This record gives sequence, C-alpha cells and structure tokens, in this order.
Amino acid sequence: MSALLDIADLRLSFRLWSGTVEVLHGISLSIAKGERVALVGESGSGKSVTARIVLGLIQELKGATVSGRIRFDGQDLGRLSPRARHALRGTEMSMIFQDPTSSLNPVFPILRQFREVLARRTPRISEAEARARATEALREVAIHEADRVLASYPFQLSGGMNQRVMIAMALANRPKLLIADEPGTALDVTVQAQTLDLMRKLVADHGTAVLFISHNLGVVREFADRTYVIYRGRIVEQGPTAAVFADPRHAYTRALLAAQPRLTGGALPEIAERDPAFENPMEVHP
Amino acid sequence: MKRAAFILASNPLTLLGVLLVSLVVMAAALADVIAPFPEHRGAVVDFVNFNKPPGGDFLMGTDVVGRDLFSRILYAYRISLLMAVVVLAIAVPIGVTLGLMAGYMGGRWEYGLMRVTDVFLSIPPLVLALSILGVMKPTLLNGMIAVTAMWWPWYTRLVYNITRGEKAEGYVLAAEVTGASRAHVMFREILPNCMPAIVTKMTLDAGFVILIASSLSFLGLGVQAPTPDLGSMVAEGARYLPDQWWLSVFPGLAILIAVFGFNLIGDGLRDILGGDR
Repeated sequence: MSALLDIADLRLSFRLWSGTVEVLHGISLSIAKGERVALVGESGSGKSVTARIVLGLIQELKGATVSGRIRFDGQDLGRLSPRARHALRGTEMSMIFQDPTSSLNPVFPILRQFREVLARRTPRISEAEARARATEALREVAIHEADRVLASYPFQLSGGMNQRVMIAMALANRPKLLIADEPGTALDVTVQAQTLDLMRKLVADHGTAVLFISHNLGVVREFADRTYVIYRGRIVEQGPTAAVFADPRHAYTRALLAAQPRLTGGALPEIAERDPAFENPMEVHP
Repeated sequence: MKRAAFILASNPLTLLGVLLVSLVVMAAALADVIAPFPEHRGAVVDFVNFNKPPGGDFLMGTDVVGRDLFSRILYAYRISLLMAVVVLAIAVPIGVTLGLMAGYMGGRWEYGLMRVTDVFLSIPPLVLALSILGVMKPTLLNGMIAVTAMWWPWYTRLVYNITRGEKAEGYVLAAEVTGASRAHVMFREILPNCMPAIVTKMTLDAGFVILIASSLSFLGLGVQAPTPDLGSMVAEGARYLPDQWWLSVFPGLAILIAVFGFNLIGDGLRDILGGDR
C-alpha cells in the first residue's frame, strides 16, 4: 500500500544574520491513506514547522531552505509550482488549530466563512447550496441547531462549539489529509475529549488521514494508530502507538512518558534540557 | 442597529454631533432653496446694502460689496463638504491599501512603504500642503491634491499597525492554510477588522479636512474669489474687525459648527464601534 504522505530526509534551515540555523535534521515520516499518525514532542522540537512544510507555507518564506523529499498522493511537492501547491491547500489537505475561536474571523458570521471554505472546491457556490452543505457538515459534528450557529459570530459561540465548527470546515471539502496542530489545547479537558472523539469517528468515516501534532501523550494514546516522537528536529522513536507506549525504548521517550501528570498526584520528574542519551539513534518498533 | 440607537440615545453629545452635521449637510444640499439671495454666491455688487449689520433682510448682515453673508455661507459649505468628501475618498483607499500591504506582506514592502510614509509624516502637514500649493496654482482642485497628499500617510500607519496585530491572529493563518490568496487575506479577512478604526478616523478627519482647507484658503491658497469659501471669508472679514465683526465671526462659527459636529460623531462612533471586542 503506497503512502499518502511520505516525507524522507526533510531538512529545514533558516538563514539569519549570524549564519544558518538548522531546525530539522532529516525527518522521515509516512502516513498511509486513512491512517492516524501522531507527532509528539516538546515545544520547539519542530512539530509545527513540519506541518507547515507539508502545507507549503514555510517554502514561501524568504530565508528558509527546505530540502528532502515530500510526496503527497503520488506528487512530489518540491517539484510542484507554488500555484499547484497552493491548489492543494484547503482542498486535498486542511488544518485545524490550537485555539478554535481565534482561528475564525471575528467579523463574519460562520456561514460566510463556511462558504469561503466550500468555494475552494466549488467556486461560485450559491448561498443556498453552501447553507445546505454547511448544515450537513455541522450535523456530522453533532451540531443540530445549524441555523443558529451559521448565523452566529465566532465570539457568540463557546470554544467547544467553535472547535466543532472548525472540524466541520476542515473536513467539508473531503481532504485526503487533515493536519491537526494541537487541536483544542486551548479548551478544557472534557470538551477536548468530546471533540477528539467526534473527530476520530469522522475521519474514520471519511477515510481521512490525520497528522496529529501534540505534546499531550494521553490524547495521542487515545487517538493515533502510529506515533513518532520528535526531539530537537530529529525523530527519536517511531512505531505503533501501543508499542511505543508499552515499551518506550528511547531515553527521551521514557523521560517524556515519566513526565505525565497522574491523577494520583506526586511530583513530576524534570526532563533535562539536554542529555547525551537523548541523542541516541532512532528506535523503530516493527 | 438597536445597540447603536441605544448608545446614541444615551450619549447626547453624539446626538448633537449628528444634528450639527445633518444641519451642515442640509444647508449645503438645499442652499439653492434656503438662501435668500442665491445670486450672491457670485460676483454681485449691491452698494445700497453694503456693510449692513445682522438683522432685517440680512440674517447675518452683508459684506463690503453688499452680498448677503448667510447665503454665501450656505454655498461655502458646499465647497467645504466637497473638499472633505473628495480628499477622504482619495486618501483613504490609497492609505489603507498601502498600510495593508506593508503590514501583511512585510519584508521589503514593509520597509519601503513605511519609510516613504515616515517621510511624509515627518513634515508638518500644513507646511507640506503649503509647499505643494506654493508650486501649483491656488485652485480648488490643487487644494484638494495638496490636502490629499498630506492625508494618506496617517491611514497607512493606522492600518499598518492594526494589520501587524491581526496578522498574528489565528484566523489569518487559518485563511492561508485553506488556500486563500494574499489579496483575499488582506482585503476580505484583515480589512474588515480594521474598519471600526478607519470609519472612526474618517469621521474625525472630515472635520479636520474642513479645518485645514479653511486654513489654506484663509492664507489665500485655495478657492479664489468670488466663489464663497469659509476660510477666505474669515480672512477677508478679519480686516474689518472689530467694527464689522459679523464678516468674520459668522463664517468662523460656520467652520466651528461643522468641525465640532464631525468630532462629536467621531467620538461617539469610537464608543459604538469599539464596544465589540
């Protein structure tokens, strides 16, 4: 089975006054069609830039050098023109963010924003059709009072509601890949759990592959089929989620798992900023 | 709308502003109907009735060649409002577009555009307008050009600052990843978020444009006689102070009413539009 997204030896560096800084040191990652893959790591480890490279946002920055091969759905993204890459965004791949409320434009009602998303796939979609399809998409995320929600402004809805609207929008064009960048981190835990549950069902129904970026191991364990652990721009461990959690082999993964808060309380061990053991070669679970 | 009406009702000063501005607009629009002597807008001489103090047939008295001051002020409002509308209609779109580009696109655009803007902002506005008019013939059109040239940089800076802030908001990134074009993000996503500030500034500025335009024509750079203009009427009348006080006091009051009205509305708008977030 060929991978939907296949990243090989991805390197990213930024050119600064003081010289070149390499941020990603050869990331390899693949996602099969319909698979849910998590990318876990601490802040600044390179999770989010990886996602943005897949979307083609970093490549447009001056001073950023991206090398390596990214294949998406049989196409080499590096060889695509900016225009062609642009055409993939919002249609073949979409993204949801940490803070749903600020990801929606505060001055427009939801319907208008929904219509713009739908217009990416169906240019000049009529308002009636946009409303019908938005209602349908909202029903899938368990919003049944679609008319009220569509007429509302983002600040009139709760964070959880906005999150579901974001998920509905992100999936409305039936993308092949959904990138979820710490979705719902800004929400409280119960709401977060509900929306993730919803999202998991939805992507399973539509066969959407997910690249799930998170630092929350509990959520990853629930959500992902496979997990990649990233540390300082390197993948240090990868494998099926259950295997990685049951038998963490890399020193950094172990440290990360040990640092999980537990209901029973107790002090958390601190993860060292750097540790020679963290630089060990990648561990791969079969 | 309801909320706006409520705020308006609980804010008598704004209501007064609306009243004053509608008065000014009505006076300008209906000058032909209201003015007792419409022909006095031009070069008319009436030596029987010259230098008449306010009263009788002449509500605000007559000037040194016997023209009715009230009629001339009504027509002068036309020039003032035309000035405000034309200047803002040109300066605002230019300033806003450049501000959006500088703020959103960043890099060289930001550097280039904002430095040019800074140059304009560093010259005192009236001095800039005076020097432009010094080179060109003092006509109404050139006056408009001069004032427009000094006005757009303020909008560029205002919108640039807001755009810089909005750019960091999630919805901008969200629009980018759904594949929105740069123009779409700038004009359809960010611009609507700048509108409250722009509209408020425009209302305040309508008054200031009238004031600046009057200052220019007070100095003789702007509309030329016999076309009535508030600034040049004050300048002309000032020579006959204090005996024929009405010649400069009424045009001065007319300026005051217009500027005051726009300012009150601008302050009110700031309350009404700024309340959301």
